[in-house]
Amino acid sequence: MNTDLVVSLIVSAIVYGTPLVLAGLGELLAERSGVLNLGVEGMMLMGAVTGFYASQQLGGPGWIVLIVAMVVAALAGGSMALIHAFLSITVRVNQIVSGLALTIFAGVIGLSTYAGQVWNIGGQHGLHQLNRVDLLGLGEVPIIGPILFDQDPFVYLSWGLVILVTWYLYRTRTGLYLRAVGEAPRSADAMGVNVTKYRYVHTIVGGALAGLGGAYFTLAIAPIWTAGLTAGVGWIAIALVIFAFWRPDVLVLGAYLFGALSSLGFTLQAYGVQMPSEIFSSLPYLMTIVVLAGASTTMARRRIGTPAALGVPYVREEG
Amino acid sequence: MTLRIERSLDAPRWLRVALPFLSLILAAILSGIVLELSGHDALGTYRQIYSASLTSTGGLTATFVYATPLLFTGLAVAIAFRMRVWNIGGEGQLYMGAIGASGVGLLLGGWSQPLVIVAMMAGGIVAGALWAMIPGVLRAYLQTNEILVSLMLNYVAGLAMYLLIYDSQSFWRDLTSPTALVFPQGKNLLPAATWPGIQLGSFTLPLGFVVATVLAVLLFMLVRATRFGFEMRVMADSPNAARYAGMRTKRTILAVMAISGALAGLGGASQIGDFGHVLDPRGLEQAQYGYTGIVVAALALYNPLAVVIVSIFIGALTNAGFALQGPSFPSGLVGTMEGIILFSVLGGEILGRYRLRFGREPRHVTPLDAAGAEADA
Repeated sequence: MNTDLVVSLIVSAIVYGTPLVLAGLGELLAERSGVLNLGVEGMMLMGAVTGFYASQQLGGPGWIVLIVAMVVAALAGGSMALIHAFLSITVRVNQIVSGLALTIFAGVIGLSTYAGQVWNIGGQHGLHQLNRVDLLGLGEVPIIGPILFDQDPFVYLSWGLVILVTWYLYRTRTGLYLRAVGEAPRSADAMGVNVTKYRYVHTIVGGALAGLGGAYFTLAIAPIWTAGLTAGVGWIAIALVIFAFWRPDVLVLGAYLFGALSSLGFTLQAYGVQMPSEIFSSLPYLMTIVVLAGASTTMARRRIGTPAALGVPYVREEG
Repeated sequence: MTLRIERSLDAPRWLRVALPFLSLILAAILSGIVLELSGHDALGTYRQIYSASLTSTGGLTATFVYATPLLFTGLAVAIAFRMRVWNIGGEGQLYMGAIGASGVGLLLGGWSQPLVIVAMMAGGIVAGALWAMIPGVLRAYLQTNEILVSLMLNYVAGLAMYLLIYDSQSFWRDLTSPTALVFPQGKNLLPAATWPGIQLGSFTLPLGFVVATVLAVLLFMLVRATRFGFEMRVMADSPNAARYAGMRTKRTILAVMAISGALAGLGGASQIGDFGHVLDPRGLEQAQYGYTGIVVAALALYNPLAVVIVSIFIGALTNAGFALQGPSFPSGLVGTMEGIILFSVLGGEILGRYRLRFGREPRHVTPLDAAGAEADA
């Protein structure tokens, strides 16, 4: 098989998989604390639009502008998540409805599109873009060079985050408490863990990661803003968490699989394969359905991974 | 005298009635803040919405143009969510209904009008219900998350529409007219496939709205007054009780999904028959009626009769969004305001849970009292 084709497919799988890794990790943290946040798509779009706007407005060296833009995107995603956290943790409304409300509020028919219109950044070409960084000068090494050592900083950041989250979940005390809050909030509460605080913090951090994932589109993939540019990636990220059985390591592999599917069309077209673009475009969505159905047959037998208290508001019996 | 916040188990009746209105006032204030922050005149914008959707010439007719699809998708969401079947595929089911109904309309355009209309409705219902059966079957037999499956299918249905009109030589595509050779477009339906509206002076009530209102009443009765509706409510509210009583959960999930998809599909048929008369992927996709149906149903607290009222209200807002579209009223504003309304209504629940009380501090609770209270409970 053609090595160039395979390498370029893997490289673009990583590029298109990175927003899924970031947003998926965020959703994983929120769900581990017991909060299902269906607002990922809206949070990503808010991150994408605010990050792009910040990068257009700020002056100074490119890399500082881009770092500030990423922080802005994370803050935007986090503040969107705060709305969901308040409604689902404090007011204890149905988490599905609250998350859908967030996606409508912030999503393609809502605030992200509105912000893009008010700021009038629709047709602008970005002034800054995150470029690939040749790490340790190994980018020229055949095959593994372009895959491992010649990516943009977002990709390295996402790898660092995967390791960090895995370590946090399974090797730290707070990570243990987090899992307890998601599995058995009453026991965690009895142990002295502040269930409400854990849920708020992880929902908001999850939103910040979704915001970063959104900003990847406008700061790294292509420096332009179009309304609704995530096109369902936020939803695929939610599906990915289920498919990964709530484990960060499996999540990365899944994200790159979907990244490969998302980019398959471009790659094959570049190699001269003719087919209507709609067929290629529908592949990630169809694949999500197939994978979810496959995962659910396994899970139905032994409920692997699902945090037991996912989606259930915690009420402390008191006075 | 002190002011205390304490929990209340039952909200007083007046509060239950006043809550939606309080929520709407809160939403108006919050939206006003967003408008002012983004450099718009809030009161002026509200005045514009009011006149565009009600008092201007043709305003009310246009409001019902948008209320009609929202009534269908709102009912589709209401029946499903009430039964805790989370069908958010109304968008795709509406697309499939539009594909089905326009296909039938194009095929039978030469028949007499009433027959074509009924056939188109059937086409929309069948297409929407079948599309909803995919997440329905997966949920019933594999416990696959229907939220994600139905949502993914929205994108697939959208792409299917684009494929039919833009990227293939399909039956739906106009391949002959001179403009269609430059800009791909769907075939126009014949006059017999046009649904007649009901003319009341200068106001036109779409046939689809009448049909949907009748369906709303039927759904209300189905849920309240039939054995099937009773079983659905038991399954939604206490799944364990339903299991012990030997109710057939799978069959009910499938039925709810089919009804929900049929309603959204009929909404797609109405888009073709009442308004568009052509399969227009861009127009349907930009309108996002399926997702807005979630807003409608949630505001109506999943009550089919209330959906009728709320659909007119949100229809008015949507109409204003399209009528006023431009620099002073960007299209993203409508969803932003809908989201704020939804948040306010959801957040309003907290008012029912706590109450403000003026009065003395509660008397000091001794450990003995507390133990007694625990024993009572």
